[in-house]
Amino acid sequence: MDYFKLKRQKKARYNLSIYLMIVIAYAIVMFLSYQGKISSLLNGLLVPFCTYSILAVSLNLVVGISGELSLGHAGFMCVGAFTSAVFTRYMKFLGVEGLYLFIIAILIGAVTAGFAGLLIGIPVLRLKGDYLAIVTLAFGEIIKNIANAIYLGFDENGAHFSLKNTMALGLSDKGFVVIKGAQGITGTPHYSSFTAGVILLIIVVTIILNLVNSRTGRNIKALRDNLIAAESVGISATKYKLIAFTIASSMAGVAGVLYAHNLTTLTALPKNFGYNMSITILVFVVLGGMGRIRGSIIAAVVLTLLPEMLRGLSDFRMLIYSIVLIVVMIFTSAPAMKQYMEVLKNKFPIIKNLKAVTLKKFSKEGE
Amino acid sequence: MKKLLSVLLALTLATTLFACGQKQATNTTAETTAAATEAPQVFKVGGIGPITGGAAVYGQAVQNGIKIAIDEINANGGFNGYQVEYHFADDEHDAEKAVNAYNSLKDWGMQLLIGTTTSSPCLAVADKTVADNMFQITPSGSAVDCTANPNVFRMCFSDPDQGIASAQYIDSHNLAKKVGIIYDASDVYSTGIYEKFVQEAAGKNFEVVAEEQFTADSKTDFTTQLTKLKAANADLVFLPFYYSEAALVLNQAKQMGYAPTFFGCDGMDGILTLENFDKSLAEGLMLLTPFSADATDDLTVNFVGEYQKRHGEIPNQFAADSYDCAYALKLAIEKANVTPASSVSDICNAVKSAMTSITLKGLTGDSISWKSNGEPNKTPKAVVIKDGAYVLAN
Amino acid sequence: MDFLTYFVNGLSLGSIYAIIALGYTMVYGIAKMLNFAHGDVLMIGSYITFVFMSQMGINPIISVLLAAICCTFIGVIIERIAYKPLRGANSLAVLITAIGVSYFLQNIALLIFGANTKSFKSIVTIPPLKLFGGQLIISSESIVTITLCIVIMLALTTFINKTKMGQAMLAVSEDRSASTLMGINVNGTIAMTFAIGSFLAAFAGVLLCSAYPTLTPTTGAMPGIKAFVAAVIGGIGSIPGAFIGGLILGVLENLSKAYISAQLSDAIVFSVLIIMLLVKPSGILGKSNIEKV
Repeated sequence: MDYFKLKRQKKARYNLSIYLMIVIAYAIVMFLSYQGKISSLLNGLLVPFCTYSILAVSLNLVVGISGELSLGHAGFMCVGAFTSAVFTRYMKFLGVEGLYLFIIAILIGAVTAGFAGLLIGIPVLRLKGDYLAIVTLAFGEIIKNIANAIYLGFDENGAHFSLKNTMALGLSDKGFVVIKGAQGITGTPHYSSFTAGVILLIIVVTIILNLVNSRTGRNIKALRDNLIAAESVGISATKYKLIAFTIASSMAGVAGVLYAHNLTTLTALPKNFGYNMSITILVFVVLGGMGRIRGSIIAAVVLTLLPEMLRGLSDFRMLIYSIVLIVVMIFTSAPAMKQYMEVLKNKFPIIKNLKAVTLKKFSKEGE
Repeated sequence: MKKLLSVLLALTLATTLFACGQKQATNTTAETTAAATEAPQVFKVGGIGPITGGAAVYGQAVQNGIKIAIDEINANGGFNGYQVEYHFADDEHDAEKAVNAYNSLKDWGMQLLIGTTTSSPCLAVADKTVADNMFQITPSGSAVDCTANPNVFRMCFSDPDQGIASAQYIDSHNLAKKVGIIYDASDVYSTGIYEKFVQEAAGKNFEVVAEEQFTADSKTDFTTQLTKLKAANADLVFLPFYYSEAALVLNQAKQMGYAPTFFGCDGMDGILTLENFDKSLAEGLMLLTPFSADATDDLTVNFVGEYQKRHGEIPNQFAADSYDCAYALKLAIEKANVTPASSVSDICNAVKSAMTSITLKGLTGDSISWKSNGEPNKTPKAVVIKDGAYVLAN
Repeated sequence: MDFLTYFVNGLSLGSIYAIIALGYTMVYGIAKMLNFAHGDVLMIGSYITFVFMSQMGINPIISVLLAAICCTFIGVIIERIAYKPLRGANSLAVLITAIGVSYFLQNIALLIFGANTKSFKSIVTIPPLKLFGGQLIISSESIVTITLCIVIMLALTTFINKTKMGQAMLAVSEDRSASTLMGINVNGTIAMTFAIGSFLAAFAGVLLCSAYPTLTPTTGAMPGIKAFVAAVIGGIGSIPGAFIGGLILGVLENLSKAYISAQLSDAIVFSVLIIMLLVKPSGILGKSNIEKV
């Protein structure tokens, strides 16, 4: 068998394993919940699992595959969440409800967040490394800040907008306020479900895998690995980085739609749309392995579950979480640790196989 | 081969994870079925609030307040003769985490919920409790929509009520001609009060001359806002937010040599108990509050003493509201004569209808009663700070 | 006159940002890492001062010095345990470890000191300065902060340029492997950088809490982020840059609060940062790196 064929097969098997993992996990959960054996906590976590997996996978496209450090991913999620929730909430006010609205909402979220990504990406992607990180962080904070300041209402004369307060909207008696500044949007219809989440996750994964294995994807990776060499053979850095960034933003928007329609209330707090969230997503990506789609999904699920599993420790919960984070980073990334594993591997052949599995997941090398 | 192995590993990881969840589920169901055969002898009460992160101060107060009340109730025979078990879950002031907290309490077997502490998580959880028909009373979720569902009651005032009450009080006591407002534009509680206050102020005998904002990300420097209020000659400054930020406002106003009357809401309570706070700064500060920690009635004295003994701090209104919540539950359960053997939904229906016919003598009111829409009926006391202590204003 | 008041308050706030930014910029320049936990070291420093000064009744100046020494040790220990094993690893791994340390410090403070806000007694006791017949009042905290900031900046510049240790720092920031060859103890130099940064953080914390006298476990988080922004505006890695960046950020924040919108002031400050970086990506005084093949 020639080299390329072997490589293609390997890739196909990897891709298949991702789908298999998702589908089998879905089947198990569905079977258990059909039997009523699933705990309320886990049941409530199913949609967040999908939301965070989509976020992690899409950020991986920027950080792992395109090699740009973005700390503002939650900002795009915020854009998708708010625009789609305005739509469905207004439709609910008009008395229109139905699952087809959710599909429209997803499209709205994806388009607006993607557009925001494009708008930000054009000037910003010229920057490199830590500067890009700080600008995306700043952008995320700006979005959160603005989301907290907007008042938006509708009446028979159309939309009213203000940055001051509800009274300044000047709505008529039949009017209805959708976004109430810091109070956000309340009463969003509950459209998100685990099935919808899994379908969206599969779509997102498919798009990314196809992109990665296409000519465009190879160009993106070439730019990541050696910018100057890639540019010298005529690959436009701005164009391809922008493609990756815009697609990732739009996917974050989809995750935002899923998030917004899972809870009845949507407010832009530092916790859910601030830099804290962006960093949490980054942690999923780094722990799951840069460029590793499957790793991102597993890390997102495990790390979403971890603080919930630690609930028994009550006061010490977040302390333990932070220690776990530090220890895991040292164990997986420290050069000394890697050497040590190398030694162990040579001593015990059985570890060799295990290591291939575990360390690959956490290794910094991409595909 | 390696690939296959990694797939296997991923799968085992996934299955163990879900098996974990499943085991938990079967455990709890096993417990409940076992308990059902011999009829459960305890009420299980849950509480939710932020006990880590930036809003931890409120959640911890609620956690401690309920704990003290439940311990007292258990020592005196419990709810309707049944002992009470109590569990508190952290929500980090986040709606999604609050729903997780609620679900984990449900797995534990919670029958009645005291929570959640903050408004936005409260709305998210209320959406889940109405689906499960679980009785919920929030000590401090003050946004209007918190009690929109029939199964949710509240102990504190709603935000609009506070805004209206403040405007009326300033009007009827001729406190000011020109009023300036500073509010937290990133906070549900603060914007809720502010909006109603401004609406109510129209046609009153004072004029709102300046409306200044701040946000959670820049809540340390108020000199800019104060300079503007000073320039607008505001002789009363309305501060509808919490005491920790208010302490900064008072401090910076003093440094600027600006001395209007300051007027706060129930969030202002606690300012005198701020550790190391220079009480002279708060001299003349007025606030509308249902609770004051240095009241001299037996109930307050006992509660404050017990709280100090346990936690070394003076309780704030969050602790007091949540303490009252536990006693409201006790009264309603005894009125409805429900036992822990009933289902969650039956308990909820019984307690819900009993809530409107009870009258509670609590820390935050001498006779608190509830309307069927879940709103409490209690009057705020206007107090003014004189010589470092609350004095009832007339 | 109002403008001057806003301006002076901005300078005072900016000076605090500048002192925090010094810590960021030195660590970045020498260890090439974003120490996200820096703001939390500041918070720990404030708590230690609070305990010494208000709970044990020790003289304010001595308390601050004691807190600064404690912070120095904390900074070095953090570096030793959490960052040193990761030297040479992917920079993202270090960034996430720093975030882990930041969460750790916040939660340990929450456990030890509780979530309740503490009211911090100002360490400055001199009366405020009144100019133009009382129209412009400059608080004593502002005066002390601005003065101390300038003193620290000058001292640090002298230290870097005139001492052997300072020169070693410059060398390590220039080329780490070459300085190892020249016999410089790289690990020691990096530890020293953390020590200085944390020492300054304690001062920044005390000044922050004196000017805005409340203290909670999250006190350091937002000033930390803003100081980081200040360091980037000034040109990360440059000491005078951190100073200028801090002042610009402080003044800008206060003026936009006063004249545009208090609610959107952070959005405005961050937008200026973005525009600034697009025009001059390396910051005001930063060195631009030319990509070499």
